Formats: sequence, C-alpha cells, structure tokens
Amino acid sequence: MPQIFRRSANTLSKVSIFGLLSLFGGLILLAIVLARSSYVTRQHIFVEQPLQFSHMHHVTDDGIDCRYCHTSVETSSFAGIPPTKTCMNCHSVLFANAAFLEPVRASFRDNRPLHWVRVHDLPDFVYFNHSIHIKKGVGCETCHGRVDQMPLIYQQNSLLMEWCIDCHRNPAPNLRPREEITTMGYRPVKDQAELGPELMKAYDVNPPTSCSTCHR
Amino acid sequence: MSDANVTGRNELEALRGRLEATRGREYWRSLESLVETPEFKQYLHREFPQNASEWLDPVGRRSFLKLMGASLALAGVSACTRQPDEEIIPYVRQPEEEVPGKPLFFATAMPMNGAGIGLLVESHEGRPTKVEGNPDHPSSRGATDLFAQASILGLYDPDRSRNITNLGDIRPFSALTIALQDPLKAQEASQGASIRILTETVASPTLGAQMREFLTRFPQAKWIQWEPAGRHNARAGSQLAFGEYVDAQYAIEKADVILSLDADFLCTGSSGIRHSRAFASRRRLEGNQAGLNRLYAVESDATNTGSRADHRLPLKASEIEAVARAVASRLGVGGVGDPTVPQAAMRWIEPLVKDLQANRGKSLVIAGDGQPAIVHALAHAMNDTLGNVGATVTYTQTAEVRPMDQRAALKELVDDMNAGKVTVLVILGGNPVYTAPVDLKFADAMQKVALRVQVGLYEDETAALCHWHISEAHYLESWSDVRADDGTVTIIQPLIAPLYGGRSAHEVMAALSGAEKTGYDLVRGYWMSPGAASGTGTIALPAPPPAANAPAAPPPRAGAAPTAAPAPPAAAPTAAPAPPAAAPAAAASQFDRQWRQWLHDGVVPNTAFTPKTVAVKANFAAQTPARAAAQGLEAMFRPDSTIHDGRFTNNAWLQELPKSLTKLTWDNAALISPGTADRLRLISGDVVELKQGGRSLRIPVWLSPGQAPDTVTLHLGYGRTRAGRAGNNTGFNVNGLRTLDAQDILQGVELTKTGETYELACTQDHWSLEGRNLVRVATKTQYDADPGFAQKMEEGERRQLSMYWQPYKYEGYAWGMTIDQNVCTGCNACVVACVAENNVPVVGKAQVLNGREMHWLRVDRYYTGDIENPDTYHQPMPCQQCENASCEVVCPVAATTHSDEGLNDMVYNRCVGTRYCSNNCPYKVRRFNFLLYQDWDTQSLWPMRNPDVTVRSRGVMEKCTYCVQRISQARIAAKLDDRQIRDGEILTACQAACPTNAIVFGNINDPGSQVSRLKSSPRNYTLLAELNNRPRTSYLALVRNPNTELEPAQAATDGEAR
Repeated sequence: MPQIFRRSANTLSKVSIFGLLSLFGGLILLAIVLARSSYVTRQHIFVEQPLQFSHMHHVTDDGIDCRYCHTSVETSSFAGIPPTKTCMNCHSVLFANAAFLEPVRASFRDNRPLHWVRVHDLPDFVYFNHSIHIKKGVGCETCHGRVDQMPLIYQQNSLLMEWCIDCHRNPAPNLRPREEITTMGYRPVKDQAELGPELMKAYDVNPPTSCSTCHR
Repeated sequence: MSDANVTGRNELEALRGRLEATRGREYWRSLESLVETPEFKQYLHREFPQNASEWLDPVGRRSFLKLMGASLALAGVSACTRQPDEEIIPYVRQPEEEVPGKPLFFATAMPMNGAGIGLLVESHEGRPTKVEGNPDHPSSRGATDLFAQASILGLYDPDRSRNITNLGDIRPFSALTIALQDPLKAQEASQGASIRILTETVASPTLGAQMREFLTRFPQAKWIQWEPAGRHNARAGSQLAFGEYVDAQYAIEKADVILSLDADFLCTGSSGIRHSRAFASRRRLEGNQAGLNRLYAVESDATNTGSRADHRLPLKASEIEAVARAVASRLGVGGVGDPTVPQAAMRWIEPLVKDLQANRGKSLVIAGDGQPAIVHALAHAMNDTLGNVGATVTYTQTAEVRPMDQRAALKELVDDMNAGKVTVLVILGGNPVYTAPVDLKFADAMQKVALRVQVGLYEDETAALCHWHISEAHYLESWSDVRADDGTVTIIQPLIAPLYGGRSAHEVMAALSGAEKTGYDLVRGYWMSPGAASGTGTIALPAPPPAANAPAAPPPRAGAAPTAAPAPPAAAPTAAPAPPAAAPAAAASQFDRQWRQWLHDGVVPNTAFTPKTVAVKANFAAQTPARAAAQGLEAMFRPDSTIHDGRFTNNAWLQELPKSLTKLTWDNAALISPGTADRLRLISGDVVELKQGGRSLRIPVWLSPGQAPDTVTLHLGYGRTRAGRAGNNTGFNVNGLRTLDAQDILQGVELTKTGETYELACTQDHWSLEGRNLVRVATKTQYDADPGFAQKMEEGERRQLSMYWQPYKYEGYAWGMTIDQNVCTGCNACVVACVAENNVPVVGKAQVLNGREMHWLRVDRYYTGDIENPDTYHQPMPCQQCENASCEVVCPVAATTHSDEGLNDMVYNRCVGTRYCSNNCPYKVRRFNFLLYQDWDTQSLWPMRNPDVTVRSRGVMEKCTYCVQRISQARIAAKLDDRQIRDGEILTACQAACPTNAIVFGNINDPGSQVSRLKSSPRNYTLLAELNNRPRTSYLALVRNPNTELEPAQAATDGEAR
C-alpha cells in the first residue's frame, strides 16, 4: 500500500502548526503594537487647522503666558480655547491686514466661531480635569511637551491610560513648584528625586487610582 | 395576554383568609407574588426573565447570517478604530461668568396648574441639562417634583411644534399679527363682543395685566380659563364656605392630627413639595421635638398620602361627604345634618372625633380636589370649629390671577360658540379639544368660530382644528413670571433661546394688541410699573405702565451688579437684543439692581400674601342637600400620577416611570379593588366596557389593593392621538366618559366584560427579592419599648467575615447613604432626577414587558395585611454599594471594582457584557443595555444629556454610582480650596430632588456628618445583612403612630414584633 503522505508532509505539518501559532501570536502582537501606534494615539501627528496657529511664535517670540488664552485652566476641567475676541485684542492692531489672519477677522466680524480641530482628544468616557493637576504642581509642559517649540501643535504624549496611571502611581518625578507651572524647558533647582517627594508633601499630592477617578 | 400579570379568582379567595391576620408579618409586592404564579417565580429566580437576552424581533435567517458574518469580521477591528476628529468651537465673544466646563445655575420657576415651583436650572455652556429646586423658594425649599425634573426632556422633545402655521402653511409671526388686525378692528365697534380668549389657569401677574389691558380695549370680550385637572372644587368650596375665593395655606408641621378627606396633599399640586417636607418634619424620629403626628386618611383610591396614613379607610368617593358631615356634626359644626355613614366608617368616627377634639388648634382637616365643594366647605368649617384657623391653617387670596368657576365659564363659551356669538377664539396653551368635558362637544362648537388661533407646545388635537397654530416657547425658553401658592413671585427667566422659535403667551397677547414686543420687555415693563412689586393684587391689578415708562432696557449683564447672575448667555441675544444703552435715569438703575437681585434669587421679596380673615358662613351646609347614596359602580377621574392631565403624554421619562402604587408604565387602566374584581369575575388585564349615559369606554382593568369597593379609578392623559411619537396611542382616553357634571365622580357606571385581554407593562414583580424582612415596621408604642426593633429582625446571623487578614481600611472619605422609609412618600421625584442626571435611557413598553427597564433607582412598594386595605410602604432601592460586593468578585474583566472611598465603580469601557455581576447581585440593582436603548440619532436630545456622565451603549452593564460625578467635582473643588469636603456639600441627584429629605448621603468616616448620625440611629438596618455584603446604603425602619382605640396596641405587638 503506497504511503498517502509524502515525506514533505512532515515539514508541511510542522510549518503549518507553528506558522498558525505564530500567525495568531503575531496578530495579537500587531493589535498591541497598533493600539500604541501613533496612528491610533495620534502622538506626534500634526493636524490641519482652519488657521495654522503657531504656539512657538506666541510663546517664544512674544512671551505670552499660557493662561492669557487658556484662561480656565486653573479653575475648570477644561483649559479653555480663547474666544476670537482674545485674538483680536492684539490682532486688531498687529498684522491687522495680514491675509493669513482673515479667518480670525471674519469670525469676529460675522460673529461666527472658528472651528478648531481637537489635538488632545481623550475618549468620551474619560473625564480629565485640568485645574486639579495645575493645583498639584503638574506643569503644562509635563503633558503637552515643549509647546514653545511647536510651530504647529501636536500631541507630545500617547495619552494612553497606562501613561496616566504611571504618573498617578508615582507622581514625584513629574511635579514642579506651582510658580513654574507654565514654564517651558523647566529645570528643577535641585535634584528631582529630592524635590518631588518634598512637593508631594507640600501640595498634599495623593492621586487617586480608582476607576471612578476618571471613568464615570 | 399571557398569564403573567393575572391572579386567578380561586387563588384570591384562598389568599384573603391567609392575609387577614398577617399584618406586619408578611410583606408582598403584588398579588402575583402572593399566589406565587410561575411568572413571579421566574422574576424571583432569574434577574432578567427568560429570553430577556434574546432579540425576539423578527430577523430573517439570511439577514441574521449577514449580520453575524459582518460582526465577526469586524469584531476585532472595532478596538483599533481611531476616534473620529472632534472640533473645539470657542465663543467669538465669551460671555462673562461663563467658564467652559463649569455649569452655571439660573433661578427660574415652572408654572403648572395655577402656581409655580421655584427652580435652579443647571446650564452647561448655555444648554440646560438638569433641574434642581430653589432653596429660597417657599414651594420648593430645594426640592422638586417629578414634573419639574422631567421638564428638561419636555424642552428638548423632538416632537414639539416647530412652526407658526396657518392652515398647515408655515408663516412668519408678523403674518399672524397682520392677519389678526382686521378681525380685531372689526370688533372694536361691538367692544369685542365676539372675542374669546381661552387660557389655562393663569398665575402670571404680567399675563394677568395684559389680559386686563386687553379687556379694557374690548370690554365685551371674555377671558375663560380651563384646567382639566384644576382646583375647581376647592374654589367652589371656598365660595360656599366664605362667599369669596380664598386659598387655604396649611401649616402641616404644626398639626398633631390630620384628617385627609380624599386628599393626596403630599404628592399632588404645587404645594405638594411644601406639604411633604412639613409632614416629614413631624414624621422623622431624629430631631423632631414636637413628636410624631397622626394621619387619618379617608380615600376612594390608593394614593401616596394614604400610604403614609396611620389609619386609612377606603370608601367610595361619593360616601366621603357623609363621613365629612358626620365628623363635622360631632365636632359641633351647625346645620350639617347627620347622614347615615357607611358601615365601614362607623367604628372609625368616634375615635377620630375624640382625637381631633383632643388636639384643638393642633389638628387639620384637608379635603381633596376630587371631592365636591361641600366637602371642602365642611373641611373649612371643621378647621374653624377646631380652632385651627390661624394655627395650622390660614387663608390668603389665590395665586391665580382671577379665580373663576371654570366649568361654568367653559360651558358658557361652548354655548356662545354654538350660538354663533364667537368669531375670534384665541387659545393660549392647553388642549381643550382633548380635555374638555365630552358632553360639551367642544370640537364641534369650536369649528363654528370663524378665526381660531392656538398657541401650544405641540401640534396637538386642538391645533389640528385651528386656523393658526403658534409654537409656544417652553418655560425654560421664555420670560414670564408666576406666583407660588403662597403668593411669592418668581421672575421666570429663559435658560436658552427658543429652540424652535416659539413665542410666549405674553408675546402673543402683545401681538393681539398690535404691538410686537419681546417677552423680556413685557415682563420687565410690568414689574417696573408702580405698585407691581408691592404685588398684593389678585383681582385688583395695577394699571399697565404707560408706554414711555417701558424703555428697551439693556439686558441684564453681569458687571454692574456682581452679586446677580446674568441672564443666560444663550438667551440674552434673542430675548433682549437691545444693545447695552446708557442707564436712563437713577430710578431705572435702582430698579435694575432690584431686578437683577430678583433674577438671581428666584424670588421677589415681600410678595407672599398676607393672611386674610374670613368667616365661615352659617348654615352653608344646610343649603346644599346631602348627596343621596347611589348604588352600583362608581368611577373617579384623577390626573395621572406621571403624565398628569395629558400635557406630559409625550414625555417618555414620565411614561416609563412606574406609577407610585400600581407600578404600571406606558398605560392607564381602570383600577378596581380585588374584592370587586372577584365579584365581577375580573382579573388584571381583562378589557371591560364601561357604560354610562349612552357613552362607553373600553379599558383593561387592574387590581389595585386599597381601592375602595365598587369603584373604578380612571386616570386622565392617555389615549391621545396627536401627542407625539412617545405618547400617541398609549393607554385609553377616559375623557370619553367625563362629562361636565361628572368631572370627578361618575355614578351608575355599568361594567361589562368584553372577553378581550390587554397586556399592561407593570414593573412590580421585576427585581423582586424573596421576602426577607426587607421592610421593618413597628408602632410608636413598640418603638418606645424597643427602639432597636429593626436590627433584631435579621433573617440570619449577622457575620463580619472577611477573606483578608486585614480588611481594607477606608481612610479619608467613605461614602454612605441612609434612606428614611418613615418619611418617604413614594413620590418618584428621585427616580426622574436620577434619569435626568445620569443619562438613563428609555426602553419603551415592549422592553419593559421583558423586564429590561433601565432605572438605576427603583422604588419598591410593599403591601401588608388585608388585601382590600393593606398598609403600603415605599422602599427606594439604589445600588447598595456593598463593601463586600458580590458583583465585583465575579467580573471576569474587572469592569466593576472597588474604589478607595468604598464605591462600587462601574467601568463601562471595560464591560464586555457577561452579566455575571447582575446575576450575583442580591439586591438586583444592575441594569444591562440589552439593545441600543440610548437614542444616538435624534439631534435635539444631544444637548440635553449631562456632559459629566458617559452615555452608555449596547452590551454594557450600568447601575447607580452614588452620582460619582458629583463626588469628583466636590473632591476637586475641595482640593482646589485646600480643605475637606464639607458635610452636605455633595447631594446625590435623588437626594437633592427629595421633598422629604428621606435620602441622606455623606462621609461615614466623619462621626459628625448627618449620615453618620443617622446610621447610629437604632432604627438603622441594612438589607439582607446575613449575606455579609455590608451595604453602604442603609434604611431607617418605619414607625407607625396608630390610635390605640382603633388599633389595640396588644394585637399589633403580636403581629409585628417577633
């Protein structure tokens, strides 16, 4: 009776068994990698805005404090996007005729708001509050990166839950004195390993890690 | 209908004997639970009934395979999708006071039934999302009723009328003004003899003044008010007793003994909240110096007030007059006769009279709106004789601008229309075609009028028969004013510009006078007029201000008066478009400050009425012959406890709300007592035909323990044909039997069984817990002897077991709640508040029948004792937030976990929908989104949702969170101020709405907090303590205060304490 399977069938079966296993493993790995990829998290991705607003120019060249525009960052969950009126405080005089700024003037003239595209976009089931992070000594730069070096704003960090939790579990490395909250390129005056715990004590930093802290 | 809600006759008979002697020993939720029908057992043993998890809608095999194939293919992909791009749209000019992400609260009031309830409305960036009570308002004192809570959905209702139409064509408002000018001009010669204006009961001083102005221009025109569930009898009773219209203001907190004559004074009417709070202050055992009060209720159907009574006597509505006369004559009221009293009441009257007489000046008799005028007059006379006037009851003028005999006025209007005397009919609100008495044939008469104009929130039955329909602005969209029942005025300020360009009654009245004015100018103009703020005038309204005195004042903006809240940003541009002009004069600026203060506070100071001295007329009772006792079946018409008279028919929150006592949803039914049903061979769900005077009505019956024998209660508001997509064709229109002379009581009704059945969606057996001493009751005597009775009623041994060597120590905050059942009236305000706060979806009748309703908070209703007149108790049931939670340990994906403050967190984005948690929950408080219940597509509902709470999708478990969003906000606010959260700083939505403060929430780690103090009360107990779940929610046991002459203490002791 002739053999049904040739010798090559041995190899074929081994290859297909391990191949399938590694395919599944690879798929899982792919899902993990994909979920952390900048395609999904939008980390480091520039977004087309109605007006290519430069944070670098306003922060570095003009030296405007973050809170001049993001007024509610210390009091509200939402840092606040400035109303057109805030832009016009200066731009009614400065670059008053620049074609580039026409959308701003049009907005002010026609009473039609500008439609900005959200860059830092948490999922809708996450409730983040800016004010409490500012209060506890988490600087703007800590999460948003060197905004003063971003001609176009992009998302510096992944904003994944693991990234949030890391800091909530161990906030000391990320704290700075309240006076330095909006400082870009902040350097601690002394070793952060020493300063962090001190600030934690001074500001009573005790971040909750329960699910309902952010999800509700 | 299936057998699901049916109780067989033979079973009933067997039951009756069993129940006679079980008061306090056995608590039951429904007749089905008593006879243990298979369906009830299914509810008991399975949290969700069989097939609840299956989609039974017809889906063909092919489409099923297609769907499955597609979902399999996409199953893995869904987790990897990118979020869609979102936009941030900032203001162009940000209003002052507006901080994005932080809600603002504006004081306003909700007008209903001729009085207003003061509210604070939460506004997120100009979108009103939640209603709270105004602590400064006398009718609210911080609490609300279910109608105010549900009015948010009413505002965003996608079925609201959106246009001004003339014969169906969309027209601008100016076209109406023009169209009205000629007909009105033509009327000037006859002084408006053929103009009629029909309104609901008006309690707005401004509208009253506008009416008066209009009637000055057209002296022969007539103003008619019509309220289908109004206080006609109370008004007529006041005429009968005093010869004038006055309103009785009850000081229930001062009354030791209260007799209710068919009055549901705790849960109906605009004083309901105030009455509930006052009643509760004498019902709680902690901090109640004056001692427990005692409530006697004689009533025709089961009401919430009756469920709180120490002694309840069910009697036919028509027999209550005899009881009132008998009690009055024994109390010494002259000329009332001494009619024969029904057998059931004989035993009652002597002890009752004795109790009332022993408490002269500290007692109170209240007559219900469904009782005829004579009963109201008798109640006034009894209060007079008992020396209660000036103590527990005072009399003031009415909050409504012009009280009138509305029934007679409506009859006259119909007669005039039939006689062709009316050429212009303007209907300002209300739906008379649906609500008018059937024998008046209002619709036919109305169609004889040449020009018919209606202003309404919906294109309803009346709109269909009118030439002009004007979409009305919701009260949250318009400027107006309203008096509370004690006279206090609130300026109603809009929270948002009209969504559909609606107009208020004020604006339409102004248009009738040929002037297009904004509601803002009209209301402000009225209050600027001299004498307006002193505001005593009900009848004597001050003359309207001269035109020069009402300039287009600047809209109230913050800055000038920092203490006052500004007008809502969204509303200001539309409501008052005038640019900020220079302040005209010093007087105006002072008024401006005052005006802003009124808007900010939500009350106009010193506008409450001063008590009036009125004398009871001698011999009034002799002039009214006693009603002859009628044989046969008697029907009572009552406003529905959820959708009222039909104005809320399209409000799905209210439609799905289980009615306090029957727990029916989405339908009304003819309520009959089990005994009567037995005699007539009826079971719940049988469709019967009710006949009287040539009219008939087909309606299913529902067995309601506590209903008076030989009576049928019919609830208004259902069976509408043009209500909207939620309200159309729900229930049965009982107005078809409701004639002018029988607005409340219809005698001689014939009932025939049709043999058909109808499926009613009732939630009373859903989420049942097998009776394990959940409700614990003692009498006052027993309580005094053993205050800790409740804790001795545990089913099993109370253990303190833990899996861990060192149980988790809650440092910092530990949240807990107590619910005082002794003051809970079962009014349901908490349930609607929870729905509004937590974006709880509506599922519809078919899903309720499947046991899939989503309410996070349910109010369980338990009966005990005699099936015909049981004691009734309410037990609100939110998530118990167990410390050893059985849900947490079974979740395979850790979607429900424990927070370090002791909450059972529910993480929607982790939940994969195994439903193990709800299966393991002994309290049955978890709710599963079997289908996509939340309406994601209707755009008008988007701004309604609370932005602080996730909107859940299909396949996700959810439950009460103790309003964790409010806890988070308070925690952050406290940390920003470097302080601890204060006791009472966090109010859960249910707690905030509760009129009786039955629900108390706080930090149980703080021994001084109110919740800690209540938890140390001997009455405090937890449900199913033997399971060692250690719930954070605990209950305070009930203490009844019966009259020992009516209920011998000894027998009660045998029955209740074990």
